[in-house]
Amino acid sequence: MSNSRFVIDGKDIPFRPGQTIMDAAMAAGVYIPHLCHNPDYASTGNCRLCLVKLNGRYVSACTQPAIADSQVDNQIDEINQQRKTLLQMLFVEGNHQCPGCEKSGRCQLQAVAYYVGMLSPYFTHFYPRRELDASHPEMVLDFNRCILCGLCVRASHSADKKNIFAISGRGMDSRLVINSTSGKLGDSNFSAHDAAASVCPVGVFLPKHKGYEVPIGQRLYDREPIAQVGDVAHPNHQRDKK
Amino acid sequence: MNRWRDIPQRSDLLLQYLIDIQQRDSCISTESIQKLSTELAIPAAQIKSVIEFYSFLHTTPRGHFNILFSDNITDQMAGSRALMRQLCQQLNVRQGDPRADGRVTVDTTSCTGMCDQGPALLINNFPITRLDSKRIELIAQLIEQDTPLEQWPAEFFEINDNVHRADILLTHNTEDGDALRALLEEGAETLLQRIGDAELRGRGGAGFKTATKWRLCKQADAAQRIVVCNADEGEPGTFKDRVLLQSYAAQVIEGMTLCAGIIGASKGFIYLRGEYRYLLDSLEKELQRRRDAKLLGNNILDQQGFNFNIEIHLGAGAYICGEESALLESLAGHRGIPQKRPPFPVTRGYLGLPTVVNNVETLMTACQIASHGSDWFTDKGTRQSAGTKLLSISGDCQQPGIYEYPMGTSVSDILIDCGADGPQAVQIAGAAGQTLCHREFKRKIAIEDASTGGSFMVFNRHRDMLDMVQNFAHFFAHESCGFCTPCRVGSTLISNLVDKLYTSHATQNDLRDIERIALVMRHASHCGLGTTASNHILDTFNNFPDAYQRRLRSTEYTPAFDLDLAVCEARAITGRDDDDAHIVCPPQEGFKP
Ligand SMILES: Cc1cc2nc3c(=O)[nH]c(=O)nc-3n(C[C@H](O)[C@H](O)[C@H](O)COP(=O)(O)O)c2cc1C
Ligand code: SF4
Ligand code: SF4
Repeated sequence: MSNSRFVIDGKDIPFRPGQTIMDAAMAAGVYIPHLCHNPDYASTGNCRLCLVKLNGRYVSACTQPAIADSQVDNQIDEINQQRKTLLQMLFVEGNHQCPGCEKSGRCQLQAVAYYVGMLSPYFTHFYPRRELDASHPEMVLDFNRCILCGLCVRASHSADKKNIFAISGRGMDSRLVINSTSGKLGDSNFSAHDAAASVCPVGVFLPKHKGYEVPIGQRLYDREPIAQVGDVAHPNHQRDKK
Repeated sequence: MNRWRDIPQRSDLLLQYLIDIQQRDSCISTESIQKLSTELAIPAAQIKSVIEFYSFLHTTPRGHFNILFSDNITDQMAGSRALMRQLCQQLNVRQGDPRADGRVTVDTTSCTGMCDQGPALLINNFPITRLDSKRIELIAQLIEQDTPLEQWPAEFFEINDNVHRADILLTHNTEDGDALRALLEEGAETLLQRIGDAELRGRGGAGFKTATKWRLCKQADAAQRIVVCNADEGEPGTFKDRVLLQSYAAQVIEGMTLCAGIIGASKGFIYLRGEYRYLLDSLEKELQRRRDAKLLGNNILDQQGFNFNIEIHLGAGAYICGEESALLESLAGHRGIPQKRPPFPVTRGYLGLPTVVNNVETLMTACQIASHGSDWFTDKGTRQSAGTKLLSISGDCQQPGIYEYPMGTSVSDILIDCGADGPQAVQIAGAAGQTLCHREFKRKIAIEDASTGGSFMVFNRHRDMLDMVQNFAHFFAHESCGFCTPCRVGSTLISNLVDKLYTSHATQNDLRDIERIALVMRHASHCGLGTTASNHILDTFNNFPDAYQRRLRSTEYTPAFDLDLAVCEARAITGRDDDDAHIVCPPQEGFKP
């Protein structure tokens, strides 16, 4: 069955049964923009950036099983325009101050925005009030940047077996919460070595006692676009080494 | 935890326990959360995340009398907002804030399914319908006197069926147990074939073939299977399931039992929306009656091994829980977040077991087809849409209520029957459905034409269609589950932009933004809520452009920063709302009220 194939933007992609469009594309080195997907964890499909057209129908590449002999449109203007709108939504929903952000240049949200050509915010900002959590000795959480991708929730659940994070509320009131009596990270059994500490595609998890070690301008996405470098949690050069 | 006292504690009952605590204490206290957390071994934060998801659950007290005005557009057209203001004034409360003495809270809620007898409200989860100024006055008095609800006038709580047109479904009653006897005599395969031959399609909106769904579930490899009756009926303007559950419950339950017998399920659930809690007692009684008559429970009709038990689970104010995968999450005691598909519920549903989820009307219809045969059904309707369909008709018409029509009936015929006076629009299939304008009234109710789960709201020519648009935009922003970007952020952006338009601050550029967001929601959303939430916008853009154009500012662009809005917090703090506390922009020439 390993000779099943489908086509993305004219390029032939092999896949194994059970693989999603995203799995197969990643394996073949074809970049489909995404934020909430990380191959180490079950995909959920919440950021919707991996919107593609499968035989003319819109689907999310990270949840849609690949179909033999199908045609997938990925890098077409019609789709990239919509990805741009999705990013414009994420940028006004939270508080993203890129120029001063410790994660600038290593942030997937910023990198994907550059990639699809979203260079400045567009819609009216929501300016939500979100508090920092600096209660933990090793890590500060800056919820202002959370895009509710749920990766830390998944990592803490399935890799760390700690269930430290959860998403609470509904709709625009959805927010990331900590499973501890006080609701603070410091009261949980979180450690900076947890898998959950290094999966965030944006800048919520900020290690204490170090900052700006690599100067802005020399960081992961400062030199090469995300389509070549890959994810923060899975840069392509690491994958190549494996 | 009254309802569940007699059975061992289960973590999937979390939501049910929370609902009971809320009903008893008018909130869920930190102590209650701690206690549940210990007993069920669920982290407290997770319990709180569930509470924060459901509109009817609170961590601070709502007051002895908790009043929620149904806020559907049909309630508003019948004057609900003015009545709510009257009540707030008489009770001296602000909307949404509990009164200082803890007596009462007055607020709004999404459509409560009483559109044919609105305006309506819920008081401690019991509906009061046909509100008018006099009724509100009496309600205020009863609250001030602290009269227990049981002593309130019984006519307040009367709910009418209002069936104005009955066809085969509502007139051909089956004898109790007929469908189950047919199953035992003729066998599961024959009955499944019969439902397939009848070409029954789901009545909940999506129109999936019922026999196919049942067969897929039957074929799934598992030791146990589940049947769920979707009684969430949250689609604004829909209330036919309420009438079926009130007056035809026996057939609905028999339809579930029939499905269980065919697919080999031993456990079933009725997921009853919290707004219909008042039906809980009568439904529980009906279940007991059927158990006593050997139509439910173990060894049904003395057939060894034909076991099927039904539990009723309540919802707690979340429209998304009508979506089947969110419903199954809610049944498991979680937040109602729609799940990716595949896997579909027929292979992995409730707690991972193969599950059939069917609408109330679908189950009742299946029960009737089992005893009357497939021709009885296919004799009515069109080639692609067999049988009849129940419509919930409300809005600007003389006789709102339930109408059963053969599929293929035209919208204009229906408008005549219900006494619509000068209709300019029909919102069909609820807030998520289509907005039909005059030109489209010749269209037919059918899956291949104007498809509907049953909602049919009429708007006469004096209505401002933007009232409807604003109502629906607020509804979806409130009901989006928040899981995916386009719906979570897009529904709020649209809601804000429509408000901007409503106050005549919007420009042509804002309309372009609304359209762009609406299309991204339609294309990119994770579930049916998001993909349909902008239908009303895109339809009214096409059909009622004037409703938008006449509210526009003449300028091409206005800054996002609104001075007057910016001082609104200061106004609230100082308690001022006089003219001097507002920053008024000069009138724009483009605006003609
Ligand atoms: C946002 C949303 C809300 C829904 N609400 C309901 C509902 O209240 N009742 C219902 O029967 N189906 C509802 N559905 C459809 C269900 O997902 C499902 O298709 C239906 O229950 C299947 O039953 P049927 O095949 O008998 O129609 C809803 C779907 C969506 C996307
Ligand atoms: S903190 Fe980061 S990883 Fe966790 S949900 Fe928010 S954006 Fe995703
Ligand atoms: S479309 Fe809306 S309701 Fe559906 S998953 Fe996304 S946010 Fe939730």
